[in-house]
Amino acid sequence: MLQDKDRIFTNLYGQGDWTLAGARARGDWDGTAEILARGRDAIIGEMKASGLRGRGGAGFPTGVKWSFMPRKNDGRPHYLVINGDESEPGTCKDREILRHDPHKLVESALIASFAMGAHAAYIYIRGEFYNEAMHLQHAIDEAYEAGLIGRNACGSGWDFDFYIHRGAGAYICGEETALLESLEGKKGQPRMKPPFPAAMGLYGCPTTVNNVESIAVSATILRRGAAWFAGLGRPNNAGSKLMAISGHVNTPCVFEEELGVPMREIIEKHGGGVRGGWDNLLAVIPGGCSVPMLPRDVCESVLMDYDSLRAEGSGLGTGCMIVMDKSTDIIAAIARFSKFFKHESCGQCTPCREGTGWMMRIMERMVEGRAEIEEIDMLEQVTRQVEGHTICALGDAAAWPIQGLIRRFRPVMEERIHAYKAAHGGGRPVQVPTGLVEAAE
Amino acid sequence: MSTQPTAPTGAEPTHFAFDAESEQQIAVILAKYPPERKASGVLPLLYVVQKQMGRQTGSAWIPRIAMDVVAERLEMAPIRVYEVATFYLMFNTKPIGRYHLQVCTTTSCWLRGSDDVTAACKKATGIKAFGETSTDGLFTLTEVECLGACANAPILQVDDDYYEDLDGPRTLELIEALKRGERPTPGPTIDRLNSAPAGGRRVLVDETAAKPQGQG
Amino acid sequence: MVKVTVDGIVVDVAPGSSALQACEAAGKEIPRFCYHERLSVAGNCRMCLVEVSGGRKPVASCGFPIANGMQIFTDTEVVRRARRAVMEFLLINHPLDCPICDQGGECDLQDQAFGYGADHSRYRENKRAVTDKYLGPLVKTVMTRCIQCTRCIRFSTEVAGVQELGGVSRGENLEITNYVEKALTSELSGNLIDICPVGALTSQPYAFSARPWELKRTDSIDVCDAVGTNIVMQARGASVLRIVPRINDEVNEEWLADKGRFVVDGFRRRRLDRPWVRVEGKLQPASWADAFSLIATRLKGVPGARIGAIAGDMCDAESLMALKDLMGMLGSPNIDCRQDGARYDTSRRDFYTFNTGIAGIDEADALLIVGSIPRQEAPVLNARIRRRFVDAGRGKFSIAMIGAPNADPTYTADVLGEGPDTLAKLAAGELPFAEVLANAKNPMIIVGHGALTRPDGQAIAKACWDLAVQAGAIRPDWHGFNVLHTAASRMAGLDLGLVPGPQGRDVAGMLKGGVDVLWLMGADEFAVHDIGPDTFVIYQGHHGDAGAARADVILPGVLYAEKPGTYTNTEGRVQRAFRAVMPPGDAREDWRILRAFSEVAGRKLPYDTIEALRTRMAQAHPAYGQAEHARPGAADTTAPQAGSVTVAATPFHPVIADYYLTHAVCRASPTMETCSGIYVRPATEAAE
Repeated sequence: MLQDKDRIFTNLYGQGDWTLAGARARGDWDGTAEILARGRDAIIGEMKASGLRGRGGAGFPTGVKWSFMPRKNDGRPHYLVINGDESEPGTCKDREILRHDPHKLVESALIASFAMGAHAAYIYIRGEFYNEAMHLQHAIDEAYEAGLIGRNACGSGWDFDFYIHRGAGAYICGEETALLESLEGKKGQPRMKPPFPAAMGLYGCPTTVNNVESIAVSATILRRGAAWFAGLGRPNNAGSKLMAISGHVNTPCVFEEELGVPMREIIEKHGGGVRGGWDNLLAVIPGGCSVPMLPRDVCESVLMDYDSLRAEGSGLGTGCMIVMDKSTDIIAAIARFSKFFKHESCGQCTPCREGTGWMMRIMERMVEGRAEIEEIDMLEQVTRQVEGHTICALGDAAAWPIQGLIRRFRPVMEERIHAYKAAHGGGRPVQVPTGLVEAAE
Repeated sequence: MSTQPTAPTGAEPTHFAFDAESEQQIAVILAKYPPERKASGVLPLLYVVQKQMGRQTGSAWIPRIAMDVVAERLEMAPIRVYEVATFYLMFNTKPIGRYHLQVCTTTSCWLRGSDDVTAACKKATGIKAFGETSTDGLFTLTEVECLGACANAPILQVDDDYYEDLDGPRTLELIEALKRGERPTPGPTIDRLNSAPAGGRRVLVDETAAKPQGQG
Repeated sequence: MVKVTVDGIVVDVAPGSSALQACEAAGKEIPRFCYHERLSVAGNCRMCLVEVSGGRKPVASCGFPIANGMQIFTDTEVVRRARRAVMEFLLINHPLDCPICDQGGECDLQDQAFGYGADHSRYRENKRAVTDKYLGPLVKTVMTRCIQCTRCIRFSTEVAGVQELGGVSRGENLEITNYVEKALTSELSGNLIDICPVGALTSQPYAFSARPWELKRTDSIDVCDAVGTNIVMQARGASVLRIVPRINDEVNEEWLADKGRFVVDGFRRRRLDRPWVRVEGKLQPASWADAFSLIATRLKGVPGARIGAIAGDMCDAESLMALKDLMGMLGSPNIDCRQDGARYDTSRRDFYTFNTGIAGIDEADALLIVGSIPRQEAPVLNARIRRRFVDAGRGKFSIAMIGAPNADPTYTADVLGEGPDTLAKLAAGELPFAEVLANAKNPMIIVGHGALTRPDGQAIAKACWDLAVQAGAIRPDWHGFNVLHTAASRMAGLDLGLVPGPQGRDVAGMLKGGVDVLWLMGADEFAVHDIGPDTFVIYQGHHGDAGAARADVILPGVLYAEKPGTYTNTEGRVQRAFRAVMPPGDAREDWRILRAFSEVAGRKLPYDTIEALRTRMAQAHPAYGQAEHARPGAADTTAPQAGSVTVAATPFHPVIADYYLTHAVCRASPTMETCSGIYVRPATEAAE
């Protein structure tokens, strides 16, 4: 388990002063110019050596991503774009960075931009995080004022501008190319790839899009050294990570923890245990709603890191888990995700536009049990028809929770259908529009 | 079931112009983007419109005529602004109440009682269904997707502020306070420091750890 | 070239091609909805999914770039399943109202459902319904049928250059709309109907008129402007029910201007379907024989110099030739095809031709437009200019205009000035655009009829030519001097010599008693009221319009849809149209009328068949004997004659007052009348 001395986010709960003075007292902005003086290659090399993997969900090695930016400048500006569109249900970690440790982000953004040859960085913050954006803006203003960013940032000779761009209520803008579209003033519809952002990103220029946390940890990694960071966690799952627990635990919270710690230990320590005790646990969704849920027996032993969760057919995702106890109507819980994805589909690709609505409607009936047993298989097939057929991964994300539900809780679904039939007169086909059923009752 | 998101006829004003406060904000906004990329300013400018409408009329929404003004300012075709204004759901394309009650009902909040929050909102405002505005014009109730503060679920966002760790009674209290013209401090409504566990921090308790960490 | 294997077939494709293009090169048909060759790639319908070696999941072939050695599989189980899946998704919310859908029989969705659809629907939820949108009088919407492929958005934004269509809302609520209840303001809007792969956008005037399989298709040429758009006339029985474009990459690609498409409901209205003769001031029905003998009688004793003929803007080259020959037989030098009074030096063909060619626009890198509004005068050609402008990229194809300060050309064009004095400034290098012209490799100058119809038209043409020479635009490998015509018959008229001979009178000279007998062939667009009161007027044509109203004898001719004919477009391209339907009543092909009359008049024209007539045309001008159109270069930079009128400073005026009502057929068309009422009159009234 992570010790306090190894924590990166030392003002996670806002217990201290989040402004520049407080940040400096916690060690931020210490020797930033010296870090920059190491040069681009050294910084990227150090980041690679640290083993940091993207904290937004996909887990791609951050240093490697930075190295994709063209070495030679062809006249087009380079951009760093920070993804602060935290909207994945269950996920609430970047918010703490934005509001309680904003200077970590500003300093790291400077370093990361320097490492990829960018003189400007934009952070795209979800629109609902209004107060969080205000904190970050305050930190940016302080940093400009103190000469830490702007012209000749920190006296390093590097010019750097940092801008906030607020989203306006669209989960899909967390997808990196949709985010870029949105930043360009368009609808947030994901782009086809290739070309990838490193070749053609914001305004057609080389761009790297990183999660808030991935960027925010980099200053500390560079200050304390790759070896320190790589020494935390497990091989290929290095370092510490911000996580959160929500749902049916005694004390939901956000916290920083080492990767590779058993999930059960985390739930016990940070979450204060499952409501009603461990045996009352039904399932855990380990990293935001796009990753499949795990039943209790798996949660018993699985480690919270990229590879361990992948081995169980799920994923670390954002590292923010949703815990559900036995009182949970698991079909309704997943149906709510289906509604979410239907609501957040951009509407561009046929399978997602049409499929998310279809899945949602079947799931709504499944919650009532107003369905036929065969429709469970049909629903499964529909999820397979959406999965892998769209431009971005939202279609996949919409499919997976349902697939997880069917895989793990099919008997519950069948039971619900039988119960509905028993209550509503046996074997007649259920296909009556909702409105008529209500009228008849 | 078509949902052409236009305002009801009659609600649309015939004129919109930015006021001085908005103009000041616009100048700051447009400085963020390369001059030939003015369109990047469309989201922020729509916010500016919405805020101005809130200031001037008490209803923070974006009339179509204002979208045209934004289009002209940013040298965009109006249709491109209509697309954006209707794609992003924080933009209200119809008039709303003075207070915008946005209940998160996504799974994390639902698991911790967002149904109670919704019920309390309806009870306190007399609103029957999501999307409606109370008869006194004070409140519009909207169902929103995950607000990204799940460790403090359930959440009710009132305009820009998050009220966290709610239950039915505390939601009622909050709305009553709003009716009285008060703005309770946002954040957790229970004894809790932001997203730290209720009952006190379990980490970051080592005072020495909060000291500066040197290199190496 | 890049080597790619498609289902085991090795093909060489150009670098930068998409997987879909590689598949087509290998002869594999890839189903698609959103992809369209002439629009940007959206990749959203997901119908064109294929498997690519090394890929984890199927890719949209339309937007997937090929790489050397890539293997593409178009017929695997994964691909078939993906296509069936997409088809099912497209159909779940589709109304399946094919029996009452005008797109039926020519619907991509219907056709591809045939290949990839299931035999039953598994969708048991309520279907989505979408409110129809108002896009104007031409395009009918049934938006519940829309599959959100966004072709229409991309067409209007990219090709038509009017950003009016978009997709509002998101997810399954995504709707194609203009958001405001306002008619689309494009002269190319009818192409939306063709480009829509389903029945969401169909033709309003053609609604419920016919099923596509009932229609007989005939290749033809549009004569509503001088672009020479290749079209197909689609007819049932005696009526042409609709006109759609035919692909010709050199001319119109696959677009057609709205007038050329929707004029069709003027074909059968106000028709002259029998001969008429004026008896005591009143027109009375007559037989062909009576009409002819009346004319012959009237002509008796009239000297050639007192006989004149004016040819209209929609005539085929055959009738022009016959009219020219008839006037020759009658000894008259008074013949003119320039109703608008335009002035040209006709001594060389490249003095009055759009020499760069329409396809040549793609190679130009600077353009000066003088006295022309191509958007109204030649919408399809204008779309070509716009495409070149967009493809070339910022600053690579600079466009400037002289005149037309308030026209929206659909591309960025500097308005340098409003009158011909600006030309002099350009020539003197006083304007920055002079440098653009000088530095351009392939500059183009378009001179329009806003310039040529002025008294100083010829002098302006010469000034433009001189400027072109100065810019290095007149070379054996590049001819940058272009006349943009507005009349479909003009090029042939000039080629075949329908201009006054020695001591001959032009249009103005034939009016006010300049001649005693005046033969009007489809001529309505000149000052008819100025015809002298004692002039005997023969009107040969198809519509009861200005000319017919003044006529003493009416000889019913036929429309372009009703006769085989040759038309020469503004770039000098000689094209053939075929007969789509039989003419109404007693109407006859125009050259046959002239031929028949010549016999009555005792001066028989020397051809009995259209082939013989065409041989005669080839003798008159070599272009009419050539099978292929060759784009002219210019070996000789000698300028055209400037004429006798020196350049005046007055500003250029637009030649088209109302795009929808430029000739007799559109004036007979209820659709064009409606369009005029919606698009043109409110603007005119607002200006007043």
